[in-house]
Amino acid sequence: MDWPALWLSLHLAGWTVVLLLPVAVFLGRFMAFHRFAGKGVVEALVILPLVLPPTVLGFYLLVAFGAESPVGQLWQGAFGGPLVFSFEGLVAASVLFNLPFAVQPAQRGFEAVPREVREAAACCGMAPLTALWRVELPLAWPGVLTGMVLTFAHVLGEFGIVLMVGGAIPGETRTVAISIYDRVQAFDMAGAAQMSAVLLAISLVTIAVTFRLSARAGRRLS
Amino acid sequence: MTLEVAVSSGAPIPLDVAFQVEAGELLALVGPSGAGKSTLLRAIAGLWQPDQGRVAVGGETWLDTARGTRLPTHRRRLGVVFQSYALFPQMTALANVMAAGADETRARAVLELVHLGGLEARRPAELSGGQQQRVAVARALARDPAVLLLDEPFSAVDRGTREGLYAEVERLRAHLNMPVVLVTHDMEEARRLADRIVVIDRGQVLRDGPTEDILFDPRALRGMGLREAGATLTARIDGQEGDGLTRLRSAGGPLWLPRISGTPGDLVRVRIMAHDVMLARRRPEAISALNVIPGVIESLLPGDGPGALVTLTVGDEVLLARITQRSVQAMGLAVGQSCFALVKSMAVARHQVGREDP
Repeated sequence: MDWPALWLSLHLAGWTVVLLLPVAVFLGRFMAFHRFAGKGVVEALVILPLVLPPTVLGFYLLVAFGAESPVGQLWQGAFGGPLVFSFEGLVAASVLFNLPFAVQPAQRGFEAVPREVREAAACCGMAPLTALWRVELPLAWPGVLTGMVLTFAHVLGEFGIVLMVGGAIPGETRTVAISIYDRVQAFDMAGAAQMSAVLLAISLVTIAVTFRLSARAGRRLS
Repeated sequence: MTLEVAVSSGAPIPLDVAFQVEAGELLALVGPSGAGKSTLLRAIAGLWQPDQGRVAVGGETWLDTARGTRLPTHRRRLGVVFQSYALFPQMTALANVMAAGADETRARAVLELVHLGGLEARRPAELSGGQQQRVAVARALARDPAVLLLDEPFSAVDRGTREGLYAEVERLRAHLNMPVVLVTHDMEEARRLADRIVVIDRGQVLRDGPTEDILFDPRALRGMGLREAGATLTARIDGQEGDGLTRLRSAGGPLWLPRISGTPGDLVRVRIMAHDVMLARRRPEAISALNVIPGVIESLLPGDGPGALVTLTVGDEVLLARITQRSVQAMGLAVGQSCFALVKSMAVARHQVGREDP
């Protein structure tokens, strides 16, 4: 059992969730409540990672984060190290790759808040952020939380992008999914089985939690 | 504290409307659906921004497109009762009222005022439609609004509950010392509640006047759309009959209606709904309708559906009849023709009879 790899994966998933939470809330809310020119394009871009092969996205991110790229140079200049093949690079890739998993459920959650209820909040004198906290989030949270749970689970299992952007540096970028692959390559089937079982358990819990939340959301709004 | 509204806009519907509401006055904006009533209310609340417009309450300007003033909704001191109540479902009745900025003492007092004492801890899902409506009214009143806006507030409850809520609003009127704007397409609702009526049709003010005048004005009523179309005949009480009917004298001859209290000579106005009127080319005999009123066809307006609106001149007054276009064809009706309007006595309800003040 590669405990450092599991620890790294949990770390990566945690950071991704923390960084995506505000993005999901504000982007999801914005997409749910506003109609604007080019909304379809934005929605398509958010969904893109869902249909794009992870290796393809990983390749583009590798190029975009590389030492020759503006982003890579900016990062190098600011932090003195490369963005690719680092934990920070993995977090950045993970955030981008999980946009659809975090934003879509949050958007659905906010869409379920009736327009008149939102307007009533303003008519009660609530400023937009107050209305978000007191009226919208209490109604939309199952969607937001579902997005976070999905994101967390998805990060744990991601393979292609991690390999492309991060490589498999132990303690830095070797996540549990990569580690399973390494174990199998080394004919350590017992080690692979152990880690696979852990990931399976985490996935099952994720599905259970997600189902409970969506059922609860359905009850609240009926 | 007067509410002044002037709004003009090209989209989503062409609108060019201006009106004022005095403090303590209840103004009903009536008109067919799609006329722009709710859009006007949204402009007052700041939920919709017209191309050009001005909304001011007392000395405070909420909107002035000419000067680029636009106060966001949450900074306008208003109370709104929405068609769907729009209560916060996750909060109790008390929390809903407190969400409008009232402290607990005030919130409890307002809930008491709308007879919801004892139900403070219930969530909206645990309240009946009428009770939810009362919570919505309490929430709107809780912050002591400078303007109270009611957007078809009674359309989602059944008729019986609505009667109760009308009585409630009538009773609350003593506490409503701000301008109140009620949007409705229900003429009866406007009649019950409003001091003044503004009839909106296709984004324009068709009529603006005291409720009594508008209610008995066929031109205004035609703007209301066919369903609400009706006209008014002026008549004098001629005598009380022994069988529960009152005999009246009108320009169209004698009328018999269910008992109207009053003494012979009293002037009354009888509102006759267009869909309660039948037409005949010749004076019919042996029919149950007691009222046969001779008139001359002034206009024939085909509707969008199978119906047509016929305007009859009766003396110097007007009667509206809503009949099918098929009948217009079959009877060969044309402008200038004389015909007879048949009105069942029992079709005229008591509330459709108005008093002419001496």
